[in-house]
Amino acid sequence: MRQRLRAIIRKEFIQALRDSRMRGMLIFPPLIQLLVFGYAVNLDVDTARIAWMDQDRTPQSRELFADFANSGHFVIAAAPSNEKEMQGTLDRGQVDGVVRVLPGFGRDVARGRYASVQVLLDGTNSNTASIVSGFASQTAARYSQSVMSDEQRVRLVGGTTSNGGPLSLPVPRLTEQTRVWFNPELKSRNYFIPGVVVNIITLVTLSLTAMAIVREKEIGTMEQLMVTPIRPLELILGKTLPFVLVGYWDLILVVGTSLLVFHVPFNGSFALLLFAALVFLLTTLGAGLFLSTISRTQQQAMMATTLIFQPFFMLSGFSFPIRNMPQVVQWLTLANPVRYFMEIVRGVFLQGAGISTLWPQLVTLAVFGVVILGLSVRRFNKQLE
Amino acid sequence: MNFRRLRAIMRKEILHIVRDPRSLASALLTPLIMLLIFGYALSLDVDRIPTIVYDLDHTPQSRELVREFQGSRYFQIVEETQSYGPVEKAMDARRALLAIVIPPMYSRHLLAGEESTVQLLLDGSDSNTAAIAQGYAEGVVQNYGARVRTDAQTMVAGKPPQMGVGIETRVWYNPDMLSRNYIVPGLIAVIMMIITGNLSSLTIAREWESGTMEQLLSTPVRPSELALGKLAAYFLVGLIDMVICLVMAVYVFDVPIKGSLVFLVISSCVFLFGSLASGILISATARTQLIAYQLGTLTTFLPGFLLSGFIYSISSMPRVIQAVSLIVPARYFINIIKAVFLKGTGIELLWLDFLLLCIYGAVMFFFTARKLREKVA
Repeated sequence: MRQRLRAIIRKEFIQALRDSRMRGMLIFPPLIQLLVFGYAVNLDVDTARIAWMDQDRTPQSRELFADFANSGHFVIAAAPSNEKEMQGTLDRGQVDGVVRVLPGFGRDVARGRYASVQVLLDGTNSNTASIVSGFASQTAARYSQSVMSDEQRVRLVGGTTSNGGPLSLPVPRLTEQTRVWFNPELKSRNYFIPGVVVNIITLVTLSLTAMAIVREKEIGTMEQLMVTPIRPLELILGKTLPFVLVGYWDLILVVGTSLLVFHVPFNGSFALLLFAALVFLLTTLGAGLFLSTISRTQQQAMMATTLIFQPFFMLSGFSFPIRNMPQVVQWLTLANPVRYFMEIVRGVFLQGAGISTLWPQLVTLAVFGVVILGLSVRRFNKQLE
Repeated sequence: MNFRRLRAIMRKEILHIVRDPRSLASALLTPLIMLLIFGYALSLDVDRIPTIVYDLDHTPQSRELVREFQGSRYFQIVEETQSYGPVEKAMDARRALLAIVIPPMYSRHLLAGEESTVQLLLDGSDSNTAAIAQGYAEGVVQNYGARVRTDAQTMVAGKPPQMGVGIETRVWYNPDMLSRNYIVPGLIAVIMMIITGNLSSLTIAREWESGTMEQLLSTPVRPSELALGKLAAYFLVGLIDMVICLVMAVYVFDVPIKGSLVFLVISSCVFLFGSLASGILISATARTQLIAYQLGTLTTFLPGFLLSGFIYSISSMPRVIQAVSLIVPARYFINIIKAVFLKGTGIELLWLDFLLLCIYGAVMFFFTARKLREKVA
C-alpha cells in the first residue's frame, strides 16, 4: 500500500512540477494576488476632492473656505462659478462633492442668524459619500463653534462681573475620547490581507484538485490508472496529498510576504493557523473531489468551480460585512465553511485570538470537512466502480 | 478573411457549446445566481452597529446620552453592563463593535459647568465600518454636547445664543445613498468579465490538448478567421448573459437606467468583444487548460473585482497600481455603466472610456490573431 501510494504521489508531483509554467503557477498567481489585493483593496477615504463654489464672497465665506482647505480632509479641485460648470464637475466625476456658499451667508453669520452651507455629494459610491458627508459636517461644526464662541463673548460683554473684569461663565463641555482596538490605525489593509490568505488557499486547492482529476478523465489516462493495482483510496490520497502541500506552501508564502511587505500585525499563534488550515483543507479538497465527480471536461470543472467559489467568497465576510446582509442571507452564510476560516484567520492575525475563543469555528470547520470529504470520497469511489 | 470559412468555424463552435449543456447551463446560470445573491447580500451601508453601554454614572444625565444613541438608527444597544469585564468579552467575541463608557463623575462635571469626557471604544478590525461608526458616534456626542451647552448658555445669558452654522446636504445621482445602486451596475461588469474569461480561456487550449488543433491548422482556415469565428460564438452566449444582467438590474433591483440604453448596449458589446478576445489570447498562450484556467482567473476575476473601481476607488490606490488599472478594460466599462445607470450621462462625457474600450478590443484581437499565426508557423 505504502509503495503504491508513494508511486502515485510521485507521479502527481512530477506531473505538476514538470512543466515550468505549472511551477510558475504555484508561485506567481498567489504573489500577484497578494500584492494587488494588498495595495489595491482600500476603502479608506483620506482626502476628498471637492469643488468650492462661493457665491457669497465675504470675509466669512473665505474663512469657511480656509477651514475646509486646511482641515486635511479636502482637496479643492475646482472652483466653478456657475451652476452649469458645477454640474459638469459632478457629471464628469472630477470631484466627490461640491460645497456651495449661497449669497447672504456672511450676512447671516454676522447677524447671528442661522446660516447654512449647501453640500452636494456624488452619491454614486454611497460609501465614499457618507464618509465625505461626515468630513463636511465635522468641518462646518468646527467653524460654527469658533463663530459661536466669538459671538458669545461679544454678547456677554454687556454684563461684566462686579470687579469690572470680563465675565467668565462656566460653560459645560462634553467631549469624546475614542480608542480603537485591534487595528488602531484603522488601516483597511490589516483587515483585508488576512482575508486574501483565505481566498488564495481556497481557490488554489479547490481548483487544482478538481482540474487535476478531470484532466485525467478527459485525456483518458484515468482508465490506465484504474487498470493498475492502485486502490481507490490510494488514488484519492495520491491525488489530494500533493495539494495539501501546495496549500501549505501557498499559505507560508503568502503569510510570509504579508508580514514582510505589508507589515500586517500577527498577534496570534502560527501553529494554530497551520492547524486551522489543515482542518480547512479537508473541506476544499473534498469540494474539489466532488466537483471532479460532476464534471467530465475541464471546461465544466472550471465553470463549476467559479459557480461555487464566487458565492463562498463573496459571502464569507471578506469585503462585505456579514452583519449588513439580509437576515436570510446571514443564515445562509452559516453554511459557508469559508466564513469560519475567515474568522479564524482574522482572529489570529488581528486579535491574537487563541483556541479558547476560536474553538467553535474550528469545530464547525472540522464537521464540514469530515462530512464534505466523506461524501465526496464515497461518490468518487462509486464512480470508479 | 473569408466569410464562408468564418461561418464554418462559428458553426462548429456553436455546436460545441450546444452539445455541452452543462457548461452552457452554468454559463447562463452563473450571472443569474451571482447577481441575485450579491445584489441582495452585498451592502456597505453601516447601520444598527451593535453597541455595548457601560454606565458608571447612573444619573438622569447619563441616561439621556444613552437615549440619544438608542434613538439613532445607526446604533443598536445590545447590552448594558455594570463592569468592565463584559465589555472586553463582547468586543473579543465581536458581539459589539462599539462600547460607550460613561465615567463616574460625568454628570457632576457637566452640572458644574466643567468638561466631561465620554469614552468610545471601537473594534477597528474592519476599518471601513469602524471609521463610519466612529463618525456617527462622535456626531451623536457632539450634537448632544452642543445642546447641553446652548441650554446652559441660555440660562446664564437669558436669551438664546447664536444659532451657528449648519450644513445642508443633498446627494445627487443616488439620493437614498443605497450602496446597492452602485454595487449592482458594477457587479454586472465584474460578472461579465468572469463569465467571458470562463467561456473563452479554455477554447484553444482544449483544441491543443485533445489534438484537434493540428486538424484545424491543416484546413485552409486562417488564424484571424479562427479567432473571429470562436469569438463570435461565445459573443452570442455573452450577449444573452448581458441581457439577463441588465434586465435583472432594472426589474429585480430597481436600479434605474437614467441614460441611453442604446449607448449602454453598444459599449457592452465592445466590452464583450475585448474581454473575449483577451480570453482567447490567454488560451492560445497557455496550451494546457489547467494553466489557461489559472491565468484566466488571474487576469479576469482579480482585475475585474479589484482594479476596476467596482468598489475600491482607484484614486486612493498607489500610483503603480493606478497605472496597472489603465489596462483593465473593466475600469472603462464600469465608468460607462455606472454613469449611464446613475448619472444619465452619455457619449459626450464618456467618449474617452468608449474609445479606450474599442482600442482594447482591437489590440487584443490583433495579438490573438498574431499568436495563432505563430503557432501555425
